[in-house]
Amino acid sequence: MKRREFIRVSSLLGAGAAVAPSFMLSGCAAKPLPGSGAVTSTPTVCDMCFWKCAGHVYRENGEIWKITGNPDDLHSGGRLCTRGTGGPGAYLDPDRLKQPLMRVTDADGRQRFQEVTWDVALDFIADKMRGIAETVGPERMLMLHHGSGSRHFVHLLRAYGSNSRAEPAFAQCRGPRDVGFRLTVGESVSSPERTDMANARCIVFLGCHIGENLHNAQVQTMAEAINRNATLITVDPRFSVPAGKSQYWLPIKPGTDMALLLSWMNVLIDEGLCDQDYIERYTVGFEQLAAHVRPYTPEWVYLETGIKPDVIRETAREMAKAAPATVVHPGRHATWYGDDTQRSRAVAILNALLGSWNRKGGFYIPESVDLPEYPLPDYPTPKAQTADAYPGKWPFASQGVTNGAIEASIGEDAFFKGWLVYGTNLPQSVPNVEEKLKAAANTLDLLVVVETMPSEMTGYADVILPECTYLERYDDLRNSGEREPSLALRMPAFEPRYDSKPGWWIAKQLGSRLGLDEYFPWQDYSEKLDWQLKQVGSSLEEMQRIGVKNFPRQSPLYFRPGERVQFRTPSRKIELYSKQLADQGFDPMPVYTPPDPVPNGYYRLNYGRMPAHTFGKTTNNPLLFELTPENQLWVNPLVASQWSLSSGDYVRLASPAGAISNPVRVRVTERIGPDSVFMAHGFGHKSKRLRLTAGVGADDAGLMSNIKIDPLMGGTGMRANFVTFVQQRAKSS
Amino acid sequence: MTRFAMVIDTRTCIGCGDCVVACKTENKVPAGLNRDWIVEATSGTYPNLKTEFRSERCNHCSNPTCVTLCPTGASHLWQDSNIVLVDADKCTGCKACIAACPYDARLVMHPDGYVDKCTFCHHRVEKGLDPACVSSCPTRCMHFGDLDDPGSEVSRLLATRSWKVLSPETGNEPNVYYLT
Repeated sequence: MKRREFIRVSSLLGAGAAVAPSFMLSGCAAKPLPGSGAVTSTPTVCDMCFWKCAGHVYRENGEIWKITGNPDDLHSGGRLCTRGTGGPGAYLDPDRLKQPLMRVTDADGRQRFQEVTWDVALDFIADKMRGIAETVGPERMLMLHHGSGSRHFVHLLRAYGSNSRAEPAFAQCRGPRDVGFRLTVGESVSSPERTDMANARCIVFLGCHIGENLHNAQVQTMAEAINRNATLITVDPRFSVPAGKSQYWLPIKPGTDMALLLSWMNVLIDEGLCDQDYIERYTVGFEQLAAHVRPYTPEWVYLETGIKPDVIRETAREMAKAAPATVVHPGRHATWYGDDTQRSRAVAILNALLGSWNRKGGFYIPESVDLPEYPLPDYPTPKAQTADAYPGKWPFASQGVTNGAIEASIGEDAFFKGWLVYGTNLPQSVPNVEEKLKAAANTLDLLVVVETMPSEMTGYADVILPECTYLERYDDLRNSGEREPSLALRMPAFEPRYDSKPGWWIAKQLGSRLGLDEYFPWQDYSEKLDWQLKQVGSSLEEMQRIGVKNFPRQSPLYFRPGERVQFRTPSRKIELYSKQLADQGFDPMPVYTPPDPVPNGYYRLNYGRMPAHTFGKTTNNPLLFELTPENQLWVNPLVASQWSLSSGDYVRLASPAGAISNPVRVRVTERIGPDSVFMAHGFGHKSKRLRLTAGVGADDAGLMSNIKIDPLMGGTGMRANFVTFVQQRAKSS
Repeated sequence: MTRFAMVIDTRTCIGCGDCVVACKTENKVPAGLNRDWIVEATSGTYPNLKTEFRSERCNHCSNPTCVTLCPTGASHLWQDSNIVLVDADKCTGCKACIAACPYDARLVMHPDGYVDKCTFCHHRVEKGLDPACVSSCPTRCMHFGDLDDPGSEVSRLLATRSWKVLSPETGNEPNVYYLT
């Protein structure tokens, strides 16, 4: 039987025609052709996601026109993604935060936000921060953050005396991957990921849907690999975009990836397909690993994963055939089942067996520019670090753990007394957190939110500070490790709209009120950037012209043949067997744990990304909202028929703990199996001030009640959640 | 005559919609309207599936029924090429072209009262640039050029790869090709 779906993704085309004026007009003046007016351009570094592509902002007759990629930029290859191209929507969004807001309580006891001047808002914050420093110490002031602009506030808090901070990018996203790789090869996969897909002959994706996420250079190098007829192997219970581009799609039973990884190791070792020279030269623990993976035969693993033994063997042979030009992709969002650091270790180990770590076609060695810091006084030494807020927990967390820090902020005797939240919408970023946020907000002495948009998080604030968008400000130079060392400049293309201000200005103003002027000696942030640029033979003036400057590499891109390497692990080798894990009472080699079974009448809640949006951060952007206004719930036709659901219906979902979602539009599709449903993350906004996106679509994070905490680093595993349909459903109009 | 064609590789198209947004900003297309769009077509049953993404738009046909049927001459060919444009001064908004188009590519009614559509970005083509959608595409799955030039990239791609066009049976001789 052959079925066919046909979906016009940008469905507003038809709707647009229906709402257009139907009256007849006899001729009207044509608009001038685009670009025929006075056109100017300004370099930028995109802030629509964390990839930070460099581009140019074009203005025509003073109005914003478009943003395009900078051809010299390795992050973007000169091409921005959907969201980057939609950047003008962030600037034009009429729902932007416009002036500082402070929570006030009226005579009748009701609270509301009141517009205040910057002076009032900043004086209030500085007073509270001074109070916290004097009563309990500055390190009790916590920063929760995301994005490149957060560096101004990290600087402010360090100058103030606090090194306490956490970002959901760690414990809700890539933390397990970074810790797993560090434990194994001594380094993280970094961002942009150092995968050498541009030269790979075999690429393995595990639950990683590049193409649905638009991590720009990752997407581009995947496309290059397809064009070169590289072998793609995608492991995903869902027929994801890369699955559709792959020679091998392995529709695995959700939660059993670890078994498959161990079985691939079993085959490589059993059939003598490992890179023995690499293993002998660079690794420790091969004998222990060989014994450890012996029971994970393809025949046994088939029963767990549903992947046939011959397919497991064939795909392992494909990896070995192409090795070392094989990338077993580490993914990015890795907080799935609570054993995620160990699973990431399994990915790192598999790459090591193939000899692909830091070899051509596997992974490359990134290099950044040796850019001097602007000379400033040393920071004071804080009396406590973030991890002191949750002592004894998560010994391998290399950054602050968001969920731990939030819990340590609740109650009168809480560790943290103040929060500065920058650029992160915690209610959607951290699962099942709303009650905790409410409790923390009730007892914190100070809760400041710096944002461009009235996100849900702003609703918890004492003070909301409106930052201008990336198109209206300077930030630090982009200096991420790449194939070539490279600097990129973000600079204002426009004056800030409304009464919004750049982050650097806000930090300096607070610093000044806290008596920290010596840490902020610049009148304008461009002075600091110019000084730094001049130390490396460039200047602000040059960067304002070219936007991106690439520098020659100082070190090789890959290991040289037979090179002696000191890995940054205790043994100075790649640790297939991890003594440091064993010493702390953890499994020294990854072990498979079967996932929780699906309760009767429930479905696994699978979630992911979509190309038009960065989490919930962009859903109110008018350009991107128009392209993709809502998320859809993918439902297998068998399930749809059981529940009498059709594409276009709206349903609510319920979690076993009783959480109920917003209505979400059903998409009946074969691209998902009958044991799961899928939706993109980032919808179901509750903030009514986000006028386009409020109440549209469902929020996956709100449905998560079964969080599996990674004992190594505190990550919140989110893939062990189940949902069912709420029977009463509204038919779409 | 120059025969401009767009050749889109479905092997690398991921349906991300960057082409749609790039067209909107480049051409200042009003809110609610689009000149191009993405189609996803999935066939088969789980787990034996195939998904094709296509970026679709006006096909700038060699036999453009929209031009033939336009009563006022508003729909016309740009210079000596197959690029179909609408002269807003001459368009009365009668929608005959919309009925004549086999590709639904003319559904766009500009708020100012004329039928708007993809122009293959002739204002860029004139300067030797690719259309905005082509030059934005992150997977570089879109190609643009002159099919009457046998040495052009689009000619070479059609000569060496298997391809299809949409609704070939209409006889409109469309010029947007999909590599399969």
